[in-house]
Amino acid sequence: MFSLLRSMWLVFLHMFHKRDTYQYPEQKAPLPARWRGRIALTRDPDGEERCVGCYLCAAACPVDCISLQATEDEHGRRYPEFFRINFSRCIFCGFCEEACPTYAIQLLPDFEMAEYNRQNLVYEKHDLLIPSQGKYPGYNYYKVAGLAIKNKDKGEAEQEEPPVDIKSLLP
Amino acid sequence: MPIINIDNIPYEVKEGKNLLEACLSLGLNLPYFCWHPALGSVGACRQCAVKIFKDEQDTRGKLMMACMEPVKDGMRLSVNDSDAVAFRGHVIGWLMTNHPHDCAVCDEGGSCHLQDMTVMTGHAYRDYHFSKRTYRNQHLGPFINHEMNRCIQCYRCVRFYKDFAGGKDLDVFAAHNHVYFGRQQDGTLENEFSGNLVEVCPTGVFTDKTLKQHYTRKWDLTTAPSICQGCGLGCNIIAGERYGSLRQITNRYNGAVNGYFLCDRGRYGYEFVNSKDRIREPLVVHAPDDKANGLPVLQHVRNRMKPGKVIGIGSPRASVESNYVLKELVGENNFYLGIGEIEHELIRLMLKLLKEGPVRAASMQEAAAADAVVILGEDLTNTAPMLALSVRQAVRRMPVDHAISSIHMPAWQDAAVREAVQENKGPLFILHVVETKLDEVATGAYHTAPDNIARIAFAVSHLLDGTLPEVTGMSDEGKQAAATIAAALRGAKRPLVIAGYGGGSEQVIRAAANLAWALKQQGADAMLSFTVPECNSMGLEMLGGLRLESAVDAVLNGSAETVLILENDLYRRLDLHTANQFFGHCKEVIVLDHLHNATTERANIVLPVGTFAEADGTLVNNEGRAQRFLQVFNPQGAIQESWRWLLQLGDICGHTHLRSLLHYDDLLKAIAAKYPVFIGIDTLTPPADFRIAGQKIPREPHRYSGRTAMQANVNVSEPKPAEDGDTALSFTMEGYRGEPPSSVIPFFWAPGWNSVQSVNKYQVETGGPLHGGNPGKRLLEPNPNGPTKFYTNIPDPFIPVGGHLLLVPLYHIFGSEELSIHTPGIAQRMPAPYIMLHSEDARRFQVAAGHLLYFMDNGHQYALPVVINDTLQKGAAGIPVGLPHMQVAEAPQLVKI
Repeated sequence: MFSLLRSMWLVFLHMFHKRDTYQYPEQKAPLPARWRGRIALTRDPDGEERCVGCYLCAAACPVDCISLQATEDEHGRRYPEFFRINFSRCIFCGFCEEACPTYAIQLLPDFEMAEYNRQNLVYEKHDLLIPSQGKYPGYNYYKVAGLAIKNKDKGEAEQEEPPVDIKSLLP
Repeated sequence: MPIINIDNIPYEVKEGKNLLEACLSLGLNLPYFCWHPALGSVGACRQCAVKIFKDEQDTRGKLMMACMEPVKDGMRLSVNDSDAVAFRGHVIGWLMTNHPHDCAVCDEGGSCHLQDMTVMTGHAYRDYHFSKRTYRNQHLGPFINHEMNRCIQCYRCVRFYKDFAGGKDLDVFAAHNHVYFGRQQDGTLENEFSGNLVEVCPTGVFTDKTLKQHYTRKWDLTTAPSICQGCGLGCNIIAGERYGSLRQITNRYNGAVNGYFLCDRGRYGYEFVNSKDRIREPLVVHAPDDKANGLPVLQHVRNRMKPGKVIGIGSPRASVESNYVLKELVGENNFYLGIGEIEHELIRLMLKLLKEGPVRAASMQEAAAADAVVILGEDLTNTAPMLALSVRQAVRRMPVDHAISSIHMPAWQDAAVREAVQENKGPLFILHVVETKLDEVATGAYHTAPDNIARIAFAVSHLLDGTLPEVTGMSDEGKQAAATIAAALRGAKRPLVIAGYGGGSEQVIRAAANLAWALKQQGADAMLSFTVPECNSMGLEMLGGLRLESAVDAVLNGSAETVLILENDLYRRLDLHTANQFFGHCKEVIVLDHLHNATTERANIVLPVGTFAEADGTLVNNEGRAQRFLQVFNPQGAIQESWRWLLQLGDICGHTHLRSLLHYDDLLKAIAAKYPVFIGIDTLTPPADFRIAGQKIPREPHRYSGRTAMQANVNVSEPKPAEDGDTALSFTMEGYRGEPPSSVIPFFWAPGWNSVQSVNKYQVETGGPLHGGNPGKRLLEPNPNGPTKFYTNIPDPFIPVGGHLLLVPLYHIFGSEELSIHTPGIAQRMPAPYIMLHSEDARRFQVAAGHLLYFMDNGHQYALPVVINDTLQKGAAGIPVGLPHMQVAEAPQLVKI
């Protein structure tokens, strides 16, 4: 008898509690920064594409929903010729983000991707590429890689000595 | 066999090996860099350290390099000893101090030996916090990309390029921690085997530049075991596809054929598969009264096949299966071999000699083990490149054996043995009309006309066996050459005689057979090797057919009206005049081919057929070894195998026999049943219903990516995966994950071994045959007890004729082959047409280098720029064969200038 009354009392008290229900879509839920939602391709601090087309995200993807083709510009900088994610297959596991050696592919706190037509869930590179560095500001892969690209010659990366003069006889 | 204890477990190992080889052969994982099964040990990288104990009481032991220690009975060692493990971890830590942070943008990533070894040793975090050394790269031509920062100084590249392949323009420069592997200055790597650097280099210093144009990681390739189409040697390759285009060719180890290496034509000549000139849909030229539009194309073909008036022309670059079905379809008396007269005579003779003679055709690995080599009228580097690489190994055989017995070192002690051998060479004699690249390693090189080459060879046979006829009227030079060669061959145990199509002379082939037979009679284990021009020249000749000339006659005299041409550009077989006449008289020309060419221009119907990457088929190489290539991917459009088109045509035409061949395996069985020479062709690979643990063998590795996205731009609902009803392989990544039978290995991979070095896990022992035996089956075996019918008809010596020149064919590795020139890099390295003259002949005809020389052949006028080469036989003129825009001039022949 007592427990019955106690339960009714507690329910009654809830009428005065702060509401847990969000009036979505008028009211948006606050998502933590590391929430694994929509996948984007970010840019480096110089505004260039971060993705170098290494295929690691595609290999890590458990549902094989990423496909791309790497190519390079005339200065040797690699980038994806096309980059496609089939979100109708994506399970938002975040493995691609973990696998990415350049912080290019990132999962963002956004889940509002619903479509009436499943075909529209296939995102190409122009759908994925955002003008932002995402969660990892300041990182520029080519600044730590040994490859020479436009405006970064051999020996100009971080922690690199100038190129060896192989004709030098000095010790 | 010695027994060694590794980590207290006794193993039986093979004598004469080193510990590293023994461990790898036993399937143990021991990291290494500088050792290579084909190059031997130098002990430079210090990576394969193991701990060796004196005896059972010894607990301290000492660290030794496994690659430098010979196997001894009762030996005790530990691979997993903590000191050895820590040592190996430190060594790789040091090797990695300057290695750039490049894996993501490196073409080697995913198939990198350095990655594998780093993971194997457990070196996960960088302890070195100082700056990294950098280098400038070089431009090394159209095939190889150079990224010197990644180098770990294992020296494998120069050991392969200089020591093994005889290259001169790659070396190591500078000193101490600045050593640089490259050329003296930027420029194309000249050696014909430079592409192997890609596989020899354990990391990404040398990578495949053609792959870079359409880069795909190893794990993303759909691969299948295939056979190179570049020449008649039949090297085993792995071809890889992604997104519907062929991406890369890598070596497929076959202990009896190509071993670990490929030539550049084979490795890079694949891009014709992706060419924009590909025929992808059937083309039908409608006659004005032809109202039957909308019919299936094969109905059109049938409508144009008038009974009794149809002939078929086969092809040496089409598979045995396709040629067989065409032969069945048109009937034995209407099937013509699609090869030129000279070529046909040569190959027919070779086949006869190999079948009826007592001497065995040498495989490439047997050739590499020969202790004396005579090459008659053949520029091997350009006609059969990988055989030239074998010959380069053969010339080292005698000095190495000698060094081994004098310094008591095993052959795998590469540095010590090379030091002992110095520049010593075993006997190699080259007789050719002009200098060849192999001359530099030859004991003697003689440049003379084909008939004189035959005469010298006949003279050598006479010196070896007095009962053979003597050659009269020899020049002093010729006599001396014959005496030198005979003296060198007398001491040889495994002499090899090489001749082939390159000389274009039947006399030379006969003389070569005579020589090999005479050697055999002297008790030597003689071998014979004939080169053939195309990947299935031998198979076509074994199948048999009528001459191409009689096909021309049949059309010209009206007894044939419809011609079915199988994968053959007749403008490369017949001279322009004859070909034009031939097509002018044909009522209907039906061509099955994969690329547009001059012949498809003349066709009324063109059927799109698969290249080696889109078809299953069997090829027979120059030693008579039948080898199967399997389809890599399902092509777009209406492309299918030639034999499938022809089977379907047979079905429509109501051909009862062809109608009964429902499956690929039925076709193979039918060939083996009809032609005794092809017995065994049906068991080269497991049948289509072969399963391991109920599963097919997957063409794709288990990490294959993008399946649900690669076609999502077309349709988000994935199509049903392609099925392969012809073979035991599947087009998907699902299937049996263990080691497949050796004939159907689609890719080499083992846990922890992603790079090409994983081939160790597929071999009985390192450098030995694959598990289950090397794939392929020799169809030609010698007739050991048959009577040796020596040739006694000695040709007359060559005498230059005033006002005339003897045209001799000159071949080029890049340019002479029909399909490989569709690769831009190979086209770039192709020579321009020329005519090569001796300087005296040039004076005689009053021309200088660069001038145009005019001559007529069969009503066609040629104008070719002159190139002077004084090693050429006087009175002869060399013309490059097979180059595009180079009309067919039959060579050798005398022409009036």
